[in-house]
Amino acid sequence: MNFLTLDWKTIFPQLLKGTLTTLQLTAIAISLGFVVGILLTLGWLYGNKPIRIFCRGYVDLFRGTPLLLQLFIVYYGLPRYGIRFSPFVAAILGLGLNSAAYQAEYFRGAIQSISQGQMLAARSLGMSEFKAIIHIILPQALRIVIPAWSNELIYTLKYSSVAYMIGTTELMFAGKIIAAKNFRFFEVFLVVAFIYLIVVLIISHFLRMIEKRAKIPGLQMIS
Amino acid sequence: MEPIEKNVLLRVRHLSKSYNKEPVLKDISFKVKKGETKVIIGPSGTGKSTLLRCLNRLTRPDSGQIWLDGVEVTSSKTNINKIRQSIGMVFQDFNLFAHLTVLDNVRIGPTRVKKIPKREATELALDMLSRVGLVDKAGAYPAELSGGQQQRASIARTLAMRPKLMLFDEPTSALDPELIGEVLIVMKNLVKSGMTMVVVSHEMGFARSVCDEIIFVEKGVIVEQGPPDELFLRPKHRRTKEFLSKITELYGKSEG
Repeated sequence: MNFLTLDWKTIFPQLLKGTLTTLQLTAIAISLGFVVGILLTLGWLYGNKPIRIFCRGYVDLFRGTPLLLQLFIVYYGLPRYGIRFSPFVAAILGLGLNSAAYQAEYFRGAIQSISQGQMLAARSLGMSEFKAIIHIILPQALRIVIPAWSNELIYTLKYSSVAYMIGTTELMFAGKIIAAKNFRFFEVFLVVAFIYLIVVLIISHFLRMIEKRAKIPGLQMIS
Repeated sequence: MEPIEKNVLLRVRHLSKSYNKEPVLKDISFKVKKGETKVIIGPSGTGKSTLLRCLNRLTRPDSGQIWLDGVEVTSSKTNINKIRQSIGMVFQDFNLFAHLTVLDNVRIGPTRVKKIPKREATELALDMLSRVGLVDKAGAYPAELSGGQQQRASIARTLAMRPKLMLFDEPTSALDPELIGEVLIVMKNLVKSGMTMVVVSHEMGFARSVCDEIIFVEKGVIVEQGPPDELFLRPKHRRTKEFLSKITELYGKSEG
């Protein structure tokens, strides 16, 4: 093992570019998953029967099948029906829609841990169910969900590495190319691992700060 | 149409409700005049809370009608969110919004439901908080308050909607004994100010000193109703007498 003999001048920009793609991919996918996840949760908890069945079915389907398979279906399967995505967009869709299922589960758990009395009190003031959800239920649920959601963000960041299998030029992809070119798998992959680790640590730290800020004074939150 | 009777604010007629075919309320009828306070008592599990929740349709009755000031609450054509604005409800476990300060708890109804400008709502909220003696806690969160303070804040939250009628669902049952008094004082002041109230409570001291009528409910029916002194001194039914003496023994006569 010798890190010094590698050509860092060319490797470093490639790894940096890969890292940026990984960050973009993760950020967009987790946001997509957030929006879809919230809609799934609300549909599941407050929707009529067909909507409830759809939302449950969605969560079961995406949690019950491998992420890589979902990526392959989006990237290799859909073109048969004329739906073509670039590797980057396909990866966003696959990761985001997959994450939505997990996020929906976290949101559901958070909402269900809120006392029924909160909704009753909101309705008794004359709020519609929708208003009560927006002003009372979601603001509390989002605070409760932060620790679980932090995990999901970190998972998504790491799982985004499977996007290299459909040719997305993210960090893993960059590492693989560099390693194969220089025939130095061990060193290069260690560096890649180190980059993932650093990013995860930074994100974790940031999320803990948010968690502290969002804490409701006096309230013991179970997390 | 509602039968016209002067000064009647709330009229309940032939109200029935079952859960899983188990009748909880059976043919309940009563009326409340403007400014009156009625206290509903009865053994636990006897449908008192269900009755109260039917009045603002948090629970839907199976049959019967409820009229509030000429509007049929039970009609499916009635905009229930509109009606609820004029029926305040105070809960046993307060149900203050956990993520909001006391001020925001009181303000959220006026701003989000009634669309009153924030400045005006703040003034209104502070006014209501001063009525329950909590202005100094306006910036606190519910979890930082004692039970008695939380309940007073929840009364202020209800008052800020300027309700015609207030419902109290065992407002002091979740409180430590030494905190009950402060809530009862606020409630008594409300009675004096002319608020119309329906109270489910076993605070006999409160019932005897301020309410106009006690309604004794057992197994989903009204067994007896009348002015407190009449029920205490000359109950018509054996069950009323038994229950009142049991309750008095348990809670004491004069507290509150």
